[in-house]
Amino acid sequence: MSLDREAVRHIATLARIRVSDAEADALVGELGQILAWVEQLGEVDVAGVEPMTSVVARHLPRRADEVTDGGMRDRVLLNAPEAVLGFFTVPKVVE
Amino acid sequence: MPALTDLTIAGALAGLAKGEYSSRELTEAHLSAMEAGRLLNAFITETPELAIEMATASDARRGKGEAGLLEGIPLGIKDLFCTEGVLTTAGSHILDGFAPPYESTVTANLWRAGAVMLGKLNMDEFAMGSSNTTSYHGHVRNPWRGRGDNRELVPGGSSGGSAAAVAARMAMGATGTDTGGSIRQPAAFTGLVGIKPTYGRCSRWGIVAFASSLDQAGPLCRSVEDAALMLQVMAGHDPKDSTSVDLPVPDYRAGLGKGVKGLRIGVPKEYRADGMDGGIEKLWAKGAGWLKAAGAEIVEISLPHTKYALPTYYIIAPAEASSNLARYDGVRFGLRLPGETLDQMYENTRAAGFGPEVKRRVLIGTYVLSAGYYDAYYVRAQKLRSLILRDFTTAFEKVDAILTPATPTAAFAVGERMDDPIAMYLNDVFTVPVNLAGLPGISVPSGLSDKGLPLGLQLIGKAFDEATLLRVARSLEEAAQFTARPEGLA
Repeated sequence: MSLDREAVRHIATLARIRVSDAEADALVGELGQILAWVEQLGEVDVAGVEPMTSVVARHLPRRADEVTDGGMRDRVLLNAPEAVLGFFTVPKVVE
Repeated sequence: MPALTDLTIAGALAGLAKGEYSSRELTEAHLSAMEAGRLLNAFITETPELAIEMATASDARRGKGEAGLLEGIPLGIKDLFCTEGVLTTAGSHILDGFAPPYESTVTANLWRAGAVMLGKLNMDEFAMGSSNTTSYHGHVRNPWRGRGDNRELVPGGSSGGSAAAVAARMAMGATGTDTGGSIRQPAAFTGLVGIKPTYGRCSRWGIVAFASSLDQAGPLCRSVEDAALMLQVMAGHDPKDSTSVDLPVPDYRAGLGKGVKGLRIGVPKEYRADGMDGGIEKLWAKGAGWLKAAGAEIVEISLPHTKYALPTYYIIAPAEASSNLARYDGVRFGLRLPGETLDQMYENTRAAGFGPEVKRRVLIGTYVLSAGYYDAYYVRAQKLRSLILRDFTTAFEKVDAILTPATPTAAFAVGERMDDPIAMYLNDVFTVPVNLAGLPGISVPSGLSDKGLPLGLQLIGKAFDEATLLRVARSLEEAAQFTARPEGLA
């Protein structure tokens, strides 16, 4: 599967990374090369093989449904680039 | 008596116990070595005041007879581990200024055992790389140089700062993380022992996530015994990581001397890579000979899906990374660039904050998880992963451990292999299958290349059988007698 500049732009939008035209052109080659290389997996017969979805635990452990954490708003906000009045801030999203 | 910076952890613990020196003296010696070795760029953040404070407290505990397993030992910490109140960057611009308000479980375990933090170690950005050249904070230099060759060499990656610091005697040991070889490959490039334990052995809580089903923490040290001591403390169940396994951690050091008599060691015929250094092939045969001479039985085995491990990894790891790195959005921590809209703010922040290799992997991961391609790429890779695990499971019915080379070549020069991502990925051809299968692997310095650079052999163990792995590694270490040191260190 080969990628073109439009496809790269679409992926970059999905990943929320701005790419310039020059970067998009370079990525066409770089990503295309990686995708062409992983194509070799197509030669393996995987009929009847279960996908490996878990490395160790087949059953996730459960704990008691209790509050064990919380009440640390100021510490949570400590590293926010812009926090105001106890909130994270973002550009306006509602008209 | 050797210089304090030349001691092994085990040796220093004995000296501290006898009162030959204090943790403060030991720590100060390492702080001086760090200062003298700044050209290597191994540390992103040095924490000398904290180190002195921790060493002083350690001496006081020892004085009261309350010494922990690593009491007073100065260590370096890869900058992927969150350390409370201390800058944690993951080698990325996007985590500018991030000082976590919490401590990772693994580092908390080390401090509880009495260890002292020297600082935070440089690494490839988000642990993505095999040369430590993708760090926002500049590349790390390998303290080793090739004979008759003055070029700067890479220390390997992604735990390149950890490897350089321990090899250059700036830290007695260091933490690393290994997603596809990031402990074992830099250990091999710098003449160190590096172990990636079984997935689930160490808690991942508080470690900046790269690929959650592959990431594991482990130590880089100058001896197998030191690696056993550090792993002992780092490992253990943690309710805060649901993939950490609730199994007792055996006394690794106690079993080291048992030898390999009667053990069966597998040699997989598929572990021969194109472009593999001839010296490594010879060393591999030599390693098998050493273990045989020590009483092990060498068995040829087959791991037929080995050649598919790297392409499988380069679907699964980027897929998980693209999901994990979605959290860097300019809202909650780190870098933020302005934008007219929320999406523009995200896009500007992530464009400025991530380096080229991280962007490539996030984009590949986004692509293989996107509608229409998920089954063809991601699900197929998961099926290949099952086959790779099955290869190991079958092999371990016949053998107790597997011996392979750690890397296809010795350390290469800074600037080499940089224009071809796949050439760089091939560094990890022997280590990646181990992560995919979730097994423990250890790299042991076993010889020198014709240019006088360290070469490592890898041992792979059964899940949660680090004890046997370390025992075989000890036997290999004894036979190899690796005593070479980086040039420039007298």
